[in-house]
Amino acid sequence: MAGLATVRTRVPQSRQPATATRTLISSSQLNRRRGKITYRVILTLVIVVFTVVFIGPMYFLFTDGLKSTQEAIATPPTLYPHHLHPSTYLQAWNRLDIAKLLWNTLYYAFGALAFQLVFDVAAAYSLSKLRPVLGNTIFFLMLATLMIPSTVLVVPQYITMASLPILHLNLIGSPEAIWLPSVANAFNIFLLKRFFDSIPTDYIDAAGIDGASRLKILWRIVLPISRPIMGVVSIFGLVGVWKDFLWPLLVEYGYSPTRETLNVGIWQAAVGTPQNLIIAASAMAAIPTIVFFLVFQRNIMAGLTAGGIRG
Amino acid sequence: MADVVALREASTRHKGASQAIAGSFGHKVRRNLSAYGFLIGAILCFTFFSWYPIVREVIMSFQKAVYGGGYAWAGWVNYTRIFHDPTFWQAWRNTLEFTLLALVIGYAVPFCVAIVLNELRHARGYLRVLVYLPVMLPPASALLLFAYFYNPQYGLFDDILRTLHLPISQWVFQPGTGFVSTAMISVVIASTWMNMGGATLVYLAALQNIPGDLYEAAELDGAGLFSRIRHITIPQTKLILIMLLMLQIVATMQMFVESFVLTNGGGGVGNNTQSVVMLIYQYAFAMSGASNYDSASALGVILMLVLAVFSGGFLWVTRERRA
Repeated sequence: MAGLATVRTRVPQSRQPATATRTLISSSQLNRRRGKITYRVILTLVIVVFTVVFIGPMYFLFTDGLKSTQEAIATPPTLYPHHLHPSTYLQAWNRLDIAKLLWNTLYYAFGALAFQLVFDVAAAYSLSKLRPVLGNTIFFLMLATLMIPSTVLVVPQYITMASLPILHLNLIGSPEAIWLPSVANAFNIFLLKRFFDSIPTDYIDAAGIDGASRLKILWRIVLPISRPIMGVVSIFGLVGVWKDFLWPLLVEYGYSPTRETLNVGIWQAAVGTPQNLIIAASAMAAIPTIVFFLVFQRNIMAGLTAGGIRG
Repeated sequence: MADVVALREASTRHKGASQAIAGSFGHKVRRNLSAYGFLIGAILCFTFFSWYPIVREVIMSFQKAVYGGGYAWAGWVNYTRIFHDPTFWQAWRNTLEFTLLALVIGYAVPFCVAIVLNELRHARGYLRVLVYLPVMLPPASALLLFAYFYNPQYGLFDDILRTLHLPISQWVFQPGTGFVSTAMISVVIASTWMNMGGATLVYLAALQNIPGDLYEAAELDGAGLFSRIRHITIPQTKLILIMLLMLQIVATMQMFVESFVLTNGGGGVGNNTQSVVMLIYQYAFAMSGASNYDSASALGVILMLVLAVFSGGFLWVTRERRA
């Protein structure tokens, strides 16, 4: 009898793994007969609608690239490729030189990530733990740039990039044109500084007294503790460069089409390239980001909620 | 972890010594030097690519290029010139139209979706992944796909309309410059599909932080479903709702890539999806003849002021509600 009772109480729990706390609608209301039916109907509806709305377009993204050019622009459009043409992907790969675009994008994205990690971590560490004179003013001026989005500044940024003051360097067309501005990211510094602030100063003082240099303290004590926030900053750093459009359009594509990113490259090829090739190219551009998302899903979602809001 | 314990012991042992060292002047100088050594990379990048361009943009908007190189002061010439450009007013009107439509369509949707997702006891992981997946796509991929769907000859959307015996549409290329134009709605739909995942997940996290007792108490007091949403869900997520409202308005005012890719850089029929940032781009980089950095800077300064005044004003007006 006792066994039966425990089974009975445990069944709803195992069937409802996510109801740790009470939400808008109580579990008891859902467990009533009418509640159960309504819940089932809504659940099915939500799953169907969401799958159609979000997977639907993705389905066409991947299958329309398998169609022939005639089938891709047929009226009415076919819901699935009647004749499979996997060679479309190969054609798109060669015609748009996706390998080159992919390499460029990876090069810009990981380069920018490296610059961001080195300079932003160093800056946040300095502002948080070394606390220089005027540190707070500098931090405030950095945060103030969050109020002025970079799209508004494309023109002066472009001109500055074409002729750096004092140094008189023209960086247009070089990878540094993407790497260096990515360091000026106040949100990264804010997130990192906030995390570093939570590390007790005792650890750092103690290591300092034991003779560790500041760089060694950063490397051996601060960074190992800060892995979660470094993960968040890295993911959003990579995704930011991968998704950027206007800036690489200006500084890389504007200089030479051989330096363009994947995102700009498929846009630029859209005119005058058969529709099925464009969709196949778009699908290939999407695959790395989808794989990246599925692998780092948890970190990305945790980053969204823990790190606050990111546009 | 053993290291950390050792460090903590060391720190308590040396506390007195540490204070004595911190007091000396030479130590202070050395500490500041090394602190600025760590900061210098970021400071240089901010100076060259953020702080200086802000100043430069304001200066350039009051200058004009001189033949043979160099700049001369030009007063308000750049501003009066763009004020006389009909495209300027149209771009602003379109941008406001996009912002408003994106608010109507795109602001409420993620919140409602989050409320529904939060009530479900199954498939939550799957649904969360679905909603966020489009956010990860390169914008050009997603938008070229939508351009394909919107195609008036062989697009999927017109085919659906035909199957339902509804009048077909030109979507983004639908002429007409009314304030709620089909063309702009098409841009907003693509934009919302691409971007709503982020807001949905942020709301979802906020909803999960609402204490369950509040709902329990309200239900005991006889509050129905909608009254619970109105009196508990919304007030409890007020801060996030207000902050995302501001961020969304600021983000949609800078709309560029959606219209740029969907209309192939053209701005639609009769410029009916031309946005302010697109116009900055066109003034500076895509006009026939010489590129006009000065007009583009003047327009950039106006947009910068509008955004700064808006977000400053918004934060000031909502300061009590956010507390």
